[in-house]
Amino acid sequence: MPKRTDIKKILIIGAGPIIISQACEFDYSGTQACKALREEGYEVVLVNSNPATIMTDPETADRTYIEPVTPEAVAKIIEKERPCAILPTLGGQTGLNTAIAVAEMGILEKYGVEMIGADVATIKKAEDRELFRDAMNKIGLNIPRSGFATNLDEVKQVSDEIGFPIIVRPSFTLGGTGGGVAYNPEELESFCKAGLEASLNTQVMLEQSVLGWKEYELEVVRDKADNVVIICSIENLDAMGVHTGDSITVAPAQTLSDKEYQQLRNASIAILREIGVETGGSNVQFAINPADGEMIVVEMNPRVSRSSALASKATGYPIAKIAAKLAVGYTLDELKNDITGETLAAFEPTLDYCVVKIPRWTFEKFPETEDYLTTAMKSVGETMSIGRTFTEALQKAVRSLEIGRFGLGSDGREVDNLSKTDIEHHLVTPNSHRLFYLRQAMKAGISLEAIHEMTKVDPWFLHQIKRICDMEERVRVAGKGIDADLLKRAKANGFSDVQIGVLTGTDEEWARKRRYELGIKPVYKLVDTCAAEFEAATPYYYSTYEEECEARVSDNKKVIILGGGPNRIGQGIEFDYCCVHASFALREEGVESIMVNSNPETVSTDYDTSDKLYFEPLTKEDVLHIVEKEKPFGVIVQFGGQTPLNLARELKAAGVPIIGTQPESIHRAEDRDEFQGMLKKLGLTQPESGIAMNYDEALIEARRIGYPVMVRPSYVLGGRAMRVVYSEGDLEGFIYEAMEASPGHPVLIDKFLEDAVELDVDAISDGKKTIIAGVMQHIEEAGIHSGDSACVLPPMSIANRLMDEIHDATRAMAKELGVVGLMNVQYAIKDNRLYIIEVNPRASRTVPFVSKATGIQFAKLATKVMLGKTLSEVGLETEFVPTHISVKEAVMPFDRFPHVDTLLGPEMKSTGEVMGISDDFGMAYAKAQIGSGDDLPTEGTVFISVKEGDKGQMLPTASLFKALGFTIMATSGTSDFLKKNGVANVLVNKVSVGRPHVVDAIKNNEIQLVINTPSGTSETTHDGYKIRRAALKYKVPFATTLTGAMAVARAIARLKEESFDVKALQDYFV
Amino acid sequence: MESSRIQASALIVREYQDDYSNWNADMSLADYLKASNVMGIDELDTRALTLHLRNRGAMRGIISTDITNPDALVAKAKNLPSMEGCDLASAVTTEKAYRLVKDIPIFIQEPLSNDLFTARGEKKSVVAFDFGIKFNIIRLLEASGCEVIVVPATTPADVVKAMNPDGIFLSNGPGDPEPVIYAVETVKALIGFRPIFGICLGHQIMSIALGGQTYKLKFGHRGGNQPVQNKVTNKVEITSQNHGFAADMESLSDSDVEISHINLNDGTVEGLRHRVHPVLSVQYHPEASPGPNDAQYLFDEFVSMMEHFTG
Repeated sequence: MPKRTDIKKILIIGAGPIIISQACEFDYSGTQACKALREEGYEVVLVNSNPATIMTDPETADRTYIEPVTPEAVAKIIEKERPCAILPTLGGQTGLNTAIAVAEMGILEKYGVEMIGADVATIKKAEDRELFRDAMNKIGLNIPRSGFATNLDEVKQVSDEIGFPIIVRPSFTLGGTGGGVAYNPEELESFCKAGLEASLNTQVMLEQSVLGWKEYELEVVRDKADNVVIICSIENLDAMGVHTGDSITVAPAQTLSDKEYQQLRNASIAILREIGVETGGSNVQFAINPADGEMIVVEMNPRVSRSSALASKATGYPIAKIAAKLAVGYTLDELKNDITGETLAAFEPTLDYCVVKIPRWTFEKFPETEDYLTTAMKSVGETMSIGRTFTEALQKAVRSLEIGRFGLGSDGREVDNLSKTDIEHHLVTPNSHRLFYLRQAMKAGISLEAIHEMTKVDPWFLHQIKRICDMEERVRVAGKGIDADLLKRAKANGFSDVQIGVLTGTDEEWARKRRYELGIKPVYKLVDTCAAEFEAATPYYYSTYEEECEARVSDNKKVIILGGGPNRIGQGIEFDYCCVHASFALREEGVESIMVNSNPETVSTDYDTSDKLYFEPLTKEDVLHIVEKEKPFGVIVQFGGQTPLNLARELKAAGVPIIGTQPESIHRAEDRDEFQGMLKKLGLTQPESGIAMNYDEALIEARRIGYPVMVRPSYVLGGRAMRVVYSEGDLEGFIYEAMEASPGHPVLIDKFLEDAVELDVDAISDGKKTIIAGVMQHIEEAGIHSGDSACVLPPMSIANRLMDEIHDATRAMAKELGVVGLMNVQYAIKDNRLYIIEVNPRASRTVPFVSKATGIQFAKLATKVMLGKTLSEVGLETEFVPTHISVKEAVMPFDRFPHVDTLLGPEMKSTGEVMGISDDFGMAYAKAQIGSGDDLPTEGTVFISVKEGDKGQMLPTASLFKALGFTIMATSGTSDFLKKNGVANVLVNKVSVGRPHVVDAIKNNEIQLVINTPSGTSETTHDGYKIRRAALKYKVPFATTLTGAMAVARAIARLKEESFDVKALQDYFV
Repeated sequence: MESSRIQASALIVREYQDDYSNWNADMSLADYLKASNVMGIDELDTRALTLHLRNRGAMRGIISTDITNPDALVAKAKNLPSMEGCDLASAVTTEKAYRLVKDIPIFIQEPLSNDLFTARGEKKSVVAFDFGIKFNIIRLLEASGCEVIVVPATTPADVVKAMNPDGIFLSNGPGDPEPVIYAVETVKALIGFRPIFGICLGHQIMSIALGGQTYKLKFGHRGGNQPVQNKVTNKVEITSQNHGFAADMESLSDSDVEISHINLNDGTVEGLRHRVHPVLSVQYHPEASPGPNDAQYLFDEFVSMMEHFTG
């Protein structure tokens, strides 16, 4: 069946900001879908609030709405654009939920919009537990027995039907709090009591425990002619009980027999048919009892998912692209397999390699939360690696993780001699380091049987890890005398040169030299969907240690782009956006683009983004191999965030041509002394600062500088362990924390500019001329990490004189540092004085936001500049300051982490961002808030509780809320102050005073907005903490800074005047 | 188990795993190979080998633990008989007719006759020619309601006729179909007598019997992911395949033969029907094992053909 001609215009819903469980895989899938549909001649309308995506580039869709992904906004877009169809299956759960809500509002019917890909009934059948169970029973498949209970009597009743062990899951809680596995009635009662209390609607779900069963996923694609193909099977190394997003996974499945696999395959096909997924990709999860092979269906997602992104990268089969084409009527036998260019999409990929995915966690950012893995996902990113064997892929994945590890142990970074108790604890309770403890357990002599009992990790995987341990020993015994055969075997098992260096008592350099002397170098094999059955048209490579190399090296002028590795807090999709733009720019310039990256969620690792793709770890060893093979004209290190920057100096020292700003300049901006020297030379001011190696030195320095001071460790990212210290009493604890975060390095102590205004400036320079890309004023005052602060472009309240100073300083520093490419500067303004906080001569997190706000693709231009063009040659003559207002707001993951306070601080904690665009600040900020998930109230009660020092400044905000018709509620101190200053308010008890108190009021829905600034102590017993957690749990919007509160007030003021309007990006730049 | 022994001469893998893990497993692969006296090699760049075969085409190979001189081995390999023109079916077929009972062939001692089928009326009686039959074919025929007697490849047509079955099955098997002339002649004599269902080599023999020709593919179709399109329904089935020869579409174009299935990768013939006679044959393995079960409907079609056959 050919494509449909009765539809012309299609609306695609994006996934919104990056949050835990919904990362940049949906930019990847959405971008593919946009391209696929436009290629077919359809007009594509897109909505997504996330500016850091490739999909929201104005070139990706015909009409791009950077607007909140909410039913209201989508309804407005539909009313304005009148699309013929809506494709809801590519924007994650957000896209699906939003589409359903819009359908239920009657909007689709009203405007005659057809839902393609999956309809409402199908989505509901897959998502509703009861409907799903009925559907599965109908086709003879089982799901875990389960039931809901709202009191202990019902618990008893339901548990009798299920049988022990039982998993207790409270409905609607944050981060899966209050649940557990009950092995007997006593435990069940205790879990249910806690669970009912924790649940927003006093309900718990009881479920048959399949903990310890093996877990599998199949990625399935179906077309409207009912052709079904399985793209990939994925096996979880972690057994049931750990969320699949938090599990180490392997493709293809490793421990199934053909009969078992065919059983899963048949079941998947039957499920798609029964649920009624008409076209597109779906994901089906299974659990298999390792004792007897019994199979149950865990769940199915009638949409592309994180796993389908992984499956696409693991196999080369572009699921999202195919799903989009199937949605408009094609069948699988009508579509080409792009990888071979000859065969069709109607086939099942075959893997002649092994793929391992390891999630990337950031528990260190949330010390209040214990590092346990449960059924609620906590990882923020993932890395994937490809090897010809599992051991090779596993070790490559570990060194791709960007956690300072170079393999599974023996890399000089292992804590040795752990106690057996410690090891066993970490085996029994799944956690982010369990993989390393598996090795530790073997080293400590714990039997594989015992390890299996404690972890339920399949013996096959344990044997593989044992192989790595055995190889480790063999290399250690061989030492410097290691021969070619053993060295090659070690490499083929994934050992890095760092590991071999450690094991032979030498170092990475020695290992590398020895290897080259013995002629042991990696070869590159193709990911071709078909295990070499057909010739592959797309050059998508991975390294391994075998005989034949398939890399097709050209004589073209080529540039290697080093990507950013796995997403983590502090380094996310923004850097992938820049890398992808670099690739686009190279293509425009006729230069061959070669991407190196290890993140399966990204657009950069799509097979057609660059001319060549090396799916490899971003370590010196792996990058040098590629450079030696390809001999590029240059390597771009300034776009991939910290990952490639950390390699820059070593690469240059090894003779690699770095293009753009040189590593020395990057170092000069990072090295404290050199940086100070530079500022002095340029006559620029930095906040007073000092360094300390111990507490006594810190005390002296802090006194000299004067409190408050900012304390931070050196050589860390994303503001790790960074704190504002107001008094000597607090200093000691924070100094030790900072010293622990970066042992052996000095602690930096800076004057903290209280209540200063902070600015982010992005600039582009060709080495001679520097042009400001954008100046962003932070909404939150100084002391909040720039990545967590909302900001507005252009700035709202900066005097012309200071703006001139900012321009001059930026240009002077760019010139002095010899910046060729992008640069970011953070400034603070206090008492009309400009301070330089930080300079980064590289692409920053804000580059995509600035590009969307100005309509200028700075990363692209910067790439061309790095190739040697001048700014005027690339068409950039002057700075462009838009007349519309763009606001960026950070999105925080607090609801995923039990017990974490919701305060913002110098340590970055946000996972993503949204953008709001409008003609005035209030509306732009309102859109950003709504986009970030805060439902701003336009009436009701505002609760205000601020610390003593903030009271004066809070008054205008309180008055504005009063004027807007809100009731003000406050606890005693704030209440008295407000009354004295003529703001009538209602008094409410502090939590510590007695009930009913403010948290009761939040629970009772008596408060619609919370303004609460921290009192300085971080005690979780404190009132403020309880208020903030309650607001988070009951989804009451809250502001924890005064400037943030004022911005919210202005946004609400605008929303009361009129509801927000939607406008396509293309219309801002006509 | 798909037959009474390992049919491959040797097994080559990139990485061998001695530590198996499956609730259903009771022996390692190496032990199994050893017990069958079949050679296995690991740590070979199997992808390079695949590419070599893809580019140069299927070829004879040799594995040796005695001779280590590559030139000597190549010479020896070149002297091996080519598969082309070689009747391998007669080397692997059963010597005596049998019934499969719990995966064990129970040989029939008495002469092949009308009396051998014991469930007539209740089940469809099927005579299955063994050119190298996989047990799962017999299991699936039985599951579809057939009583199956497996007969040697050389069983003459009049013997089959004397057995008076409801249908005839032509099994899969190794090698080139052209030299299996005796079977082609038998099949020619049986077309129209009763419904015939052929798989793989059985399909190729049927093609020749219907006047067509076969040819050697460059490197054949191998593996469990081959897409086949049913030309009647236009639906795609993912199939298990393992064959080096194919029926030539041109050679069949003028007859009453209808191409019922094609391979979507290269457009070659994967199945045929006859406009007049009850004939059904496919190049691939609907019995899977290993591989996907998408094409199992063919067994039901065969049964249905037998039910509707009026002579």
